[in-house]
Amino acid sequence: MIYIERWKVILIAAVCALGVLYAAPNVLPKPVVAWVQANMPGIVPNQTVNLGLDLRGGSHLLLEVATDAVIDERLQGLVDQTRTELRGAKVGYTDLGLDKGVVHLKLTDATQADKAHDTLRDMDHDLVVGVKGVDVTLSMTEEKIAERRRAAVDQSIEIIRRRIDETGTREPSIQRQGDNRILVQLPGVDNPEHIKNLIGQTAKLTFRLVDETASISEAAQGRVAPGTELLPSAEENGRPLVVQKRIMVSGDTLVDAQPSFQNGEPVVSFKFDAVGGRRFGEATRQNVGHLFAIILDNKIISAPVIREPILGGSGVISGHFTTQSAQDLALLLRAGALPAPIKILEERTVGPGLGADSIKAGATSSLVGLALVVVFFIIAYGLFGIFAVIALMFNIALMFAILSVLQATLTLPGIAGIVLTIATALDANVLVFEHIREELRRGRSPLPSIDAGYNRALSAIIDANMTTLIAGILLYIFGSGPVKGFAVTLSIGIITSIFSAVMVTRLIVIWWLRVTKPKALPI
Amino acid sequence: MFLKPIHFVPPDTKIDFVAKRWVAFSVTIVLLIITGLSVATRGLNFGIDFKGGILIEAKAPQAVDVAALRSQMSGLKLGEVEIQQFGAPDDVLIRIQRQEGDEAAQMTAVDHVRAALGTNYDYRRVEVVGPTVGHELLQAGVLATVLAMLAISAYVALRFEWQFGLAALIATLHDVLTTVGFYSVLHLDFNLTAVAALLTLAGYSINDTVVVFDRIRETLRRHKAVDLRSVINDSVNQTLSRTVMTAGTTLLALLPLVFMGGSTLINFSGALAWGIFVGSYSSIYVAAALLLYMPPLRRLEKAPAVAKA
Repeated sequence: MIYIERWKVILIAAVCALGVLYAAPNVLPKPVVAWVQANMPGIVPNQTVNLGLDLRGGSHLLLEVATDAVIDERLQGLVDQTRTELRGAKVGYTDLGLDKGVVHLKLTDATQADKAHDTLRDMDHDLVVGVKGVDVTLSMTEEKIAERRRAAVDQSIEIIRRRIDETGTREPSIQRQGDNRILVQLPGVDNPEHIKNLIGQTAKLTFRLVDETASISEAAQGRVAPGTELLPSAEENGRPLVVQKRIMVSGDTLVDAQPSFQNGEPVVSFKFDAVGGRRFGEATRQNVGHLFAIILDNKIISAPVIREPILGGSGVISGHFTTQSAQDLALLLRAGALPAPIKILEERTVGPGLGADSIKAGATSSLVGLALVVVFFIIAYGLFGIFAVIALMFNIALMFAILSVLQATLTLPGIAGIVLTIATALDANVLVFEHIREELRRGRSPLPSIDAGYNRALSAIIDANMTTLIAGILLYIFGSGPVKGFAVTLSIGIITSIFSAVMVTRLIVIWWLRVTKPKALPI
Repeated sequence: MFLKPIHFVPPDTKIDFVAKRWVAFSVTIVLLIITGLSVATRGLNFGIDFKGGILIEAKAPQAVDVAALRSQMSGLKLGEVEIQQFGAPDDVLIRIQRQEGDEAAQMTAVDHVRAALGTNYDYRRVEVVGPTVGHELLQAGVLATVLAMLAISAYVALRFEWQFGLAALIATLHDVLTTVGFYSVLHLDFNLTAVAALLTLAGYSINDTVVVFDRIRETLRRHKAVDLRSVINDSVNQTLSRTVMTAGTTLLALLPLVFMGGSTLINFSGALAWGIFVGSYSSIYVAAALLLYMPPLRRLEKAPAVAKA
């Protein structure tokens, strides 16, 4: 026991050295670290601890994609498709409708069941077609639904990323969370209102014809001609209009949109791709003299009169914009429409002032705590206390090294986790030292006392820390945000504390024994 | 030697803990009754993490006039608004109840408040939690605490004997409950960080209990004939120095956080400091004392008969 194999000594020393090396960038001046990052190979430690938004300031937004809307839209599309296909195949039916995710209809002639089945089956091979007498049902498979939901979230992430990138926010982090949630973290953003506004819009742009014959007052009472609908204006006091449901051209065929000015008014100019341009040209050519509504998220931005066919594939949207709103609309059109509406479930924003204060408060209180503990420990255990404190310094270095290498996020509760780790690390030493004291009181000589002290304390150290580790892991799994950060530092801390208390302190004690060969232990 | 170590607990300490257990049991019962009464009557001051709602910490352009701010806020018709001045005279904490309706309603409310306060305010922290997330966070928090306690007790039962696991579970439950009581009595914000405090404290409390149990196990192995009362007494006395040292170091490390850690950490570290007291106490008077009332431990048995749980 008093003898430690050479390879173990080397290993322990190497781990400590690496710990110090990898923790170093956290205390070196920033320019030095930046220089190392720029000029040295990647193997040289250059990463610092990643500070959480509560420390560096920034905004955290939790979004939910209404994936149900995507599925509903698809099912509604199936109803329309069924109608056309069955009509084309000359299959008679009644009561076509949608109920709880299933399209259903009744055949007028039971002998056409097979024909109906084949026709519907050919629409999309992923559909489940059920025929029972004259009752026909049509539904999507669970896998297809899940796939569409997943795709909708992936696409939303992509589009949100584009929108946020366009605002010039630096280092945004946009991650999927769970099935249909997206976590957006925006360091340095202290008023996310603008970004929330940009994220919250679906930005679905359509061009449709206005039904100029319809009466608005009748439409307001719910009486609209089939194939048309009443839509409100995007402006506060704007007039609602009855428009065709049929979409002449939609925003997904846009290739570019830019804010510009026309007669001194802010406008948005846009450009279609070839297909969109052709459709737009055709629609405008056939409807010269009519009103053409430009609709964003089911609100009418404007409805100008088509004076002449627009064949160049580009145009201008005007509609009482401010410079800012023209810029925003152009940005949204460039980034594309979200596949489904998005809800903001949670916002947590920390201003730069509080972040800096928190770092200062956290750092000061940890340092004061550390100083108190060190003094207390040295008073209680004397020289052995100093040994434990040296090991503790390596422990702290190791923690910061691991946090830096893993690029784990350090939060304010995480700092509390570090403080608690200091206590845990010292507890392991307390257990050992108390056992040594006991052995000495029983009249054993120094060497066997130390030996027995470490051996007897080990089971308690392991058991006691395993239980805390269990709590830490569960906290990581169920916690969120800052609490997760706490769990990370606590768990890493437990592992480094066992190492530092059991290995490092022991190594120091053994070296001291070899050098001084004491007759009695100052403990 | 230049450094003379100090024994904070004299080596020959022999306190008859077991004999005084009735005093301790009364204390425990009183603590639990206070907790029960307080939670039943005052309830818990759930923070917005669990209830949903809005929290704004801001620095006003001048010293805060709480009354004026309150009337300004009530003009916005956002329901219950709590305004609290803390720290410097221009620091203010505004808590707004969860708005009727869904998430969008919360976001609109926050925009209204920002507009009403104007740009002279420096927003240090804005938190908006919608009803869905609040509910989920509460569920996850309770689940994490319950699972952690069960997992830890199972570990202790495996490493020791089932009686130890059960005793540890009850002792930890005692600590968690009385800390919930601590939050309730002092009306502290019960939020996500409070759950973190509860879990950490569960870890600390069990840590302490395990050390006492470890010693009881060791003593049992050495002296098979001694009766359980004196085994417990000896073990607690022998580990007392360690209990005091560890509780002392942890408290010393935590206290600066209580006083200097700022508004987000004060509840957390305060509750932990309390937890360290009850955690050390419960290891002796709940966990160890309970062993006296359990079916006999195997190593004390004349004939092995105890069924394994």
